[in-house]
This record gives sequence, structure tokens and C-alpha cells, in this order.
Amino acid sequence: METIEMLQAYWWLLIAVLGAVLVFLLFVQGGQSMLYCRSTEAERQLMVNSLGRKWEFTFTTLVVFGGAFFASFPLFYSTSFGGAYWLWMLILFSFVLQAVSYEFRRKRGNIYGTKIYDGFLMFNGLFGCVLLGVAVGMLFFGGDFTVAKSNILDGSAPVISQWGPLHGLEAIACWKNLLLGFTVFFLARTMAALYFINNIGGDEAFTLRMRRKVLVNGLVFAVLFVGFTVLLMVSDGLRYVDGVFVSEPNIYLHNLLSMWWLAVVFLSGVVAVLYAIFRSAFDSRWRSGIWYAGFGAVGVVVVLFLIAGYCSTAYLPSTADAASSLTIANSSSSEFTLSVMSCVSVLIPFVLAYIWYVWRKMNATPLTDKELKSESHTY
Amino acid sequence: MNDLIGLVDWSRAQFALTAMYHWLFVPLTIGLSVIVAIMETVYVRTGKERWKGITKFWMTLFGINFACGVATGLILEFEFGTNWSNYSWFVGDIFGAPLAVEGILAFFMEATFVAVMFFGWNKVSRGFHLASTWLTALGVSLSAYWILVANAWMQSPVGMEFDPAQMRNVMTDFFAVAFSPVAVNKFFHAVFSGWTLAGVFVIGVSSWLLWRRRNVPAAVSSMKIGTWVGLAGILLTLWTGHGSAVQVARVQPMKLAAMEGLYRGSVGQDIVGVGFLKPEASRTAEEPMAFSVDIPYGLSYLIYGNGDGFVPGIDDLIDGRSITADGDTVYGLSYADKMSLGKKAQDALRAYGEAQVAGDTEAMAAAATAVKANFDYFGYGYLPSPEAAVPNVDMTFYSFRIMVIAGGFLLALFIFMLFVCYRSPKFLEKPWLCWLGMLSVVVVWVCSQSGWVLAEVGRQPWVIQDLMPTTAAISGIPTSSVKLTFWLFALIFTGLLVAEISIMLRYISSASKTDIQKVQH
Repeated sequence: METIEMLQAYWWLLIAVLGAVLVFLLFVQGGQSMLYCRSTEAERQLMVNSLGRKWEFTFTTLVVFGGAFFASFPLFYSTSFGGAYWLWMLILFSFVLQAVSYEFRRKRGNIYGTKIYDGFLMFNGLFGCVLLGVAVGMLFFGGDFTVAKSNILDGSAPVISQWGPLHGLEAIACWKNLLLGFTVFFLARTMAALYFINNIGGDEAFTLRMRRKVLVNGLVFAVLFVGFTVLLMVSDGLRYVDGVFVSEPNIYLHNLLSMWWLAVVFLSGVVAVLYAIFRSAFDSRWRSGIWYAGFGAVGVVVVLFLIAGYCSTAYLPSTADAASSLTIANSSSSEFTLSVMSCVSVLIPFVLAYIWYVWRKMNATPLTDKELKSESHTY
Repeated sequence: MNDLIGLVDWSRAQFALTAMYHWLFVPLTIGLSVIVAIMETVYVRTGKERWKGITKFWMTLFGINFACGVATGLILEFEFGTNWSNYSWFVGDIFGAPLAVEGILAFFMEATFVAVMFFGWNKVSRGFHLASTWLTALGVSLSAYWILVANAWMQSPVGMEFDPAQMRNVMTDFFAVAFSPVAVNKFFHAVFSGWTLAGVFVIGVSSWLLWRRRNVPAAVSSMKIGTWVGLAGILLTLWTGHGSAVQVARVQPMKLAAMEGLYRGSVGQDIVGVGFLKPEASRTAEEPMAFSVDIPYGLSYLIYGNGDGFVPGIDDLIDGRSITADGDTVYGLSYADKMSLGKKAQDALRAYGEAQVAGDTEAMAAAATAVKANFDYFGYGYLPSPEAAVPNVDMTFYSFRIMVIAGGFLLALFIFMLFVCYRSPKFLEKPWLCWLGMLSVVVVWVCSQSGWVLAEVGRQPWVIQDLMPTTAAISGIPTSSVKLTFWLFALIFTGLLVAEISIMLRYISSASKTDIQKVQH
């Protein structure tokens, strides 16, 4: 393997890890979607304040995910963001509204009232998850685009990447993408309930209700996930072979089997998530489900990204022109840039270490109503 | 072509809208994070609870503002892809790296420690909390550094070469990109301007407290810190501003000419202190100003450190004309020449592509050599006329003057406030002085925004100086889509700004009715 290929594989792995961590952190959005599910005002306060201490991580991971994609695979950034305009704009709108809602929702003088901000949170909770799932779905089911780099010399229409007339709306209307979107949504809700069990204390009735939510949302998630996995494994994809893209049936299944260690991680991840769901639902003293589900989800999502991008697979297949499809080889940054950023990436474990340390410090004891009343800064 | 112009204009409008809103919030975040950290340091060092209360008061205002900065920042990063997708490919190999580094090194630091700042008072030790507050301030500034590296690279592209095989630029020297003099200067200029803005903000809010005779001791203590930080900020902003002007003369001479409304330059060029441009229709190269008060030799001194240097005007640059120290007129490359060379580079690139398809390696090598020889003028090949390389002179000229005049006022304000704080504190409660402090808040924001208008409008028509005009940088989306998102952003951002101001005012009003210094939790 040449250096550039190793670097491309390494950066695709980092993208996969960032994407997977983002999916885990979407428990914040999942929790936001539950704010008005038969919750009392006091419970809502606890939920919002519990999530409000973590929303920045999700937001930051989304930004870093975008930045890392830009730096390592700029042709994807250019093609997908500039083409599927409406899909990305809707995602961005939902996150903009989230960013201010925690801080503003109960502040006096917020003009629009608490319920509007809570509405923004719920909007982000639903649409943020589903639409991000749709965006990831395009990595498997393709997008309606063409790429012609020589267009840059056409002074009257110099656009390299051209997308179909619906500019991302067609991706939202695609049932396959939506299936993944709703799978992500119910996973986020399941993990949100697990997070609440772990992070909110002092109210056993609330915890009991969350355990029921884990079961209900977890079962819906499991059904959707099985459906998505079957669909993925029987789907065709494009592989770059001898200078051309070739359509290959069951390509993702083949990728999974050819990299057996990924299959092991995938199955382990699924088992961990299911274990977290069922034990949390039935063991009334167990509060650690979020970690099992979190690590399991991260493992599964990493594998999904890797089978989409490794083995010369087109990770953004073009439904309009197969030759325009993107692989990690034809869309990446140069060897020099990837090398430089790989040096920077050495700092990632250090970043993870201080995040972990601070998270542990801040979450040493569950959040209670009593603590909330004694805090000067609440949401 | 009209469609393309419409799309470019709306895309520019959307990016400008987002950037200007973002820059309403960010400088306050930069400066206030430092001021809050200083206040908490005083608390930790002295152990006086009143400083904890004061710290928490300003920290709450910091938090309200922080959220809006985060929200607008997200859009800004992704708009490079959504609205400037050609740009994202053409220079993504270089431009993307600072954004990724910003995320890894700065955003996570901010996100992690800002939570400790707000919720960690009773969960971590005093020292750990103080360290978190400083780390948040550091994260904010680090974030500013990397995004300004990216912006500086657009003004002065360095550390790269063009790869005809991929039809894009690739990075060759990371350190040249990350530590270019333009980037370093721009970073310090922007961060110190943030200190200035936050200093005035603290003066403004403290003035209101003094005017209403509420929490006078806390207001005076806050004002002293705000004034010191602001004074340091404005002095360093002036210093780095001079550095910026020198660099603009070197890498963006057209921007400098537009800043001065200078069409015909001379040896020993005067600088316009105060002036008004004639309307464009009646403006001539010899007499562009309707009225001006000039400082003799000022511009030459500013740029070269002596009065003998030649500063080219807009027409000089277009014609490639300059004047030697002996007074001889000499001609270099005109913009028409550069357009011709730019077209040669583009033709050679086209030939390279055709040779690549044909598998003709000899022709590819010849074409690559031709591209390389003329690549410095690649962007000029897109221009319809030499005059298209001139930015909006009025906006550039007036934004520069507004920034400088407002900056001068702020320097005087800080010196005066410092004098009053330490020598005549009784004056602080005089209504006129309170109103001066409050109204200065408007001045500092106008000053801050003018700086960015100057930097970005003065760069036009280039998205990357000399290499790519905005017309070649866009995404292939319908103009109607961009119009719609522009108005949606305008609505959302304005709504957020109004809410933020309202929340801040209400908080200041309600918190001031209690003893700020006794806020204990």
C-alpha cells in the first residue's frame, strides 16, 4: 500500500470515528424530542438541564466532522454540500435554533417565550437526527450529481459539481435514506433515555418511566435497524476496478465479509446496544446502559462508514453518472496535506483524555432537583 | 451570464450577512472571556467573595452572547461548501486544514471547559475552575487564530502550488500557511479588537449601573478592569493595524488604493485624514475627492517609513505604471497584460486536460510548464475587463475612515475613563459621562464591523487574491434557492440578535436590583 493510500484510509477511519461519535452524541437530540412526552414541568427542567450540559459536545462534533471532511476529502465537501443544498440547509437551520435555545429558553426578556424555544429543541431533536441519517444514507444509496473538474475553465458556468434540480430534496424523499434517518432517530431516543437514567437522580418514578422508554424506543430502533441492515446487505454499490466504476450486487456484504474483523466489531456493537436496552429496561438498579449502548453504537457506525469507503468502494455513488462517483482515492486531499493533518491528529487522544476527565468530574453525581434549585446558572 | 452574476451577488450577500452577524458576537466572546478570567483570578488570589459575584455577573452576559456566536459560526463554516463549492475544491487542500485544526484543537477545548465555567462552581476546586475559565478564553482565541489563518490565506495565498492533473491547488508548506505574516498580524489585530470591544462593553454596562446608582462599587471595579483591558486592546489594535496596512500595500495594493480613494499615486503620497469622495460619475483620476484634509507624505511614511516611496493608485495599477525615486515613469505589467497571461494559463490547463485524455505525456509536460509560468495571473483570466479588478471604492474608503476615526475616539475614551476612575472617581456618576460610556458601545461595534467590511469588500473581486474571482467560486444552485435561504437567515439571525439584546438588558436590569457582589451559590 502506498503512503497516500494509507493516509486516505487513515483519514477515512477518523471520519468514521467522528461520525460515529456524533451519532452517539445525538442522544442530546433524542432527549430534546422527548421533552413534551408526558413530562411534568419539573421533569422537563431536569431533562433540559441534563442535556444542556452536553449539547455543546454534539454541536462541536458536528462542526469538527464538517471541518475534517473539508480538509481530508474536499471533493465530497464541495459536491455534497454545494449540491444537496436543501438537505444541508435544513440540518443547519435546525442546529442554529438549538444553539440558542438552551441559553435563552427561560431567560427573562427572551421575547418568544419558553415554549417556542422548546419547540426549536424538539424540531432539532426530530429533524437533526432524521436528516443527518438521510445525509449518511446517501453514502450508500447515492446522490443525483455529476462532477467535471474541467468546468472550472468555463467562464460562464464554471461549476465543477452539478446536482439534480431538487438539490437534496430528492434525498429526503428517498425511503431508503429515510429508513436510516428514523433508525438514527430512535437510536438517539433510546440513548437519551439511557442517558437520563444515568444522569438524573432522586426521582425513581421518572427513572422507571425512562426504563420503559428505553424498551419501547429500543424495540422500534431494533426493528428499523434490522430492516436497514438487510436492505444494505442486499444493495448494489459501485466499486472502482481497473479505472472504471463497476456495479456490484451485495457490495457492502462482500466488504463486511472480506474484512472479517469489521464483522466482529459490528456484531459486538449490536450485542452491546441490545444488552444495554434489555438490561436497562428490566434491571431497576442498573444505570450504566448509556456506556454500553454508546460504545456499541460507535462500533457499528464506524463499521458502516468503513464498508462504505474501503475496498475501492464508491462512498458517494452517483445515480446520474457512475464515473462521477466519489471514492476515498479520487476525492481526498494531497499526500502532503493528509500527512500534516495526521501529525495534528496525534493530539486527538489528548483531547479525548481531557474531555473524559472533565465529563467524569462534572457527572460524578447524578443531577437532582435539589441541585438544580441551588444552581445560579440553569436552562 | 446574468444568472451567474445574480447567483454570485446573492451568495456574496448571504455570506456577508452571516459573517457580519457572526462578528457581532465573536469579538465580545473573545474579549469578555479574558475579562471574566481576570476577574476570577482576582477572586481566587484575594479570596474576596465580592469578586466571585462580579465574575458571575459578567459570566452570565458572556454565556448569553456565546450561544449566538456558536450558532452563526456553524453556518459560516458550512457555507464554504454550500455556496462556494468550486472554491472548496479549488483550494480545499489548503483551506480545509486550518478549519480541521480549529475544530480539533480549539472547539473541543471551548466546549469542554465552558461547561465547567458555568456548572462547575460547586463540582470542582477553585483552581480547577479558574483554569477552566482561562482555558475557555484560550480556546476562543485559538479558534480565532485558525479561522483567521484561513482568511489571511484568501488575502495572501502562500505555501501552495497548482496541480494541473487535479485542477486544484495543493499545499506545499504548512508553516508558510499557518504562520504567514498576514495571518499572524490579522490574528492579533482581530483578537485585540475583541479586547477593545469587550472593554467598551464593560464600560457601557457599568456606566448604566452608575447612572442608575445601582451596585456602584461593583460597577467601578468592573469599569477599571474593562478600561485597562480595553486600553491594552486599542493600543495593540492600532499597532497591528499599522502592520496590516503595510501588508496590504505589499500583497493587495489595489485594496490600499481603494482605501485611500487614490487613482493616481505619487512619490511622497499624502494620506487622506478626513474626506469625501465625489460621486462616481463626476470623479476623475486627478480630482477624486470633493473635500479632503490630507496629511502630507502620510501614506508613503505609513507604508515605507519614509516620504520618498511611490504608492500606486487604482489607475496606476491598472496601467502597470510606477514612478521611481528619480521621478521617472516606468511601466510593468498592466491588468490587461495580466488578463492575457491568465487566459494563457487557462488555455494551457485546457490543453493539459486534452493531452491527459489523449495520453500524450509530452504535451502534458509542455502544458504544465505553461500553466506554471503564468499561474500567478490565473484569476485574471476570468475578468471581463481590467476595471473589474477594482473593489467598491466608496465602501472601502468610508469603512476605513469610520474604523480609524472610531478607533481614535475609543483610544481617547479609555485614557479619559482611566483618568476619571483613578483620579476623579466622583465624576463617574455624572450623567453625561454615563451616557458617553453607554453610547460608546454603539461606536465600538460600528468600528469593529467597519474593519471587516474593509477587509472583505477591499478583497473583491477576488475570493482568493489574484487566483480566483468570486464568479468562479460558486455552487451550481438556483439563485432563487439562495435568495430564499438569505431571507431565512436574515430573519433568524435578526430574531436571535433582538432576543439576545433583550435578554441582556433584562438581565442587567434585574441583576442590578440585587447586590451583584453577594450572589452566592
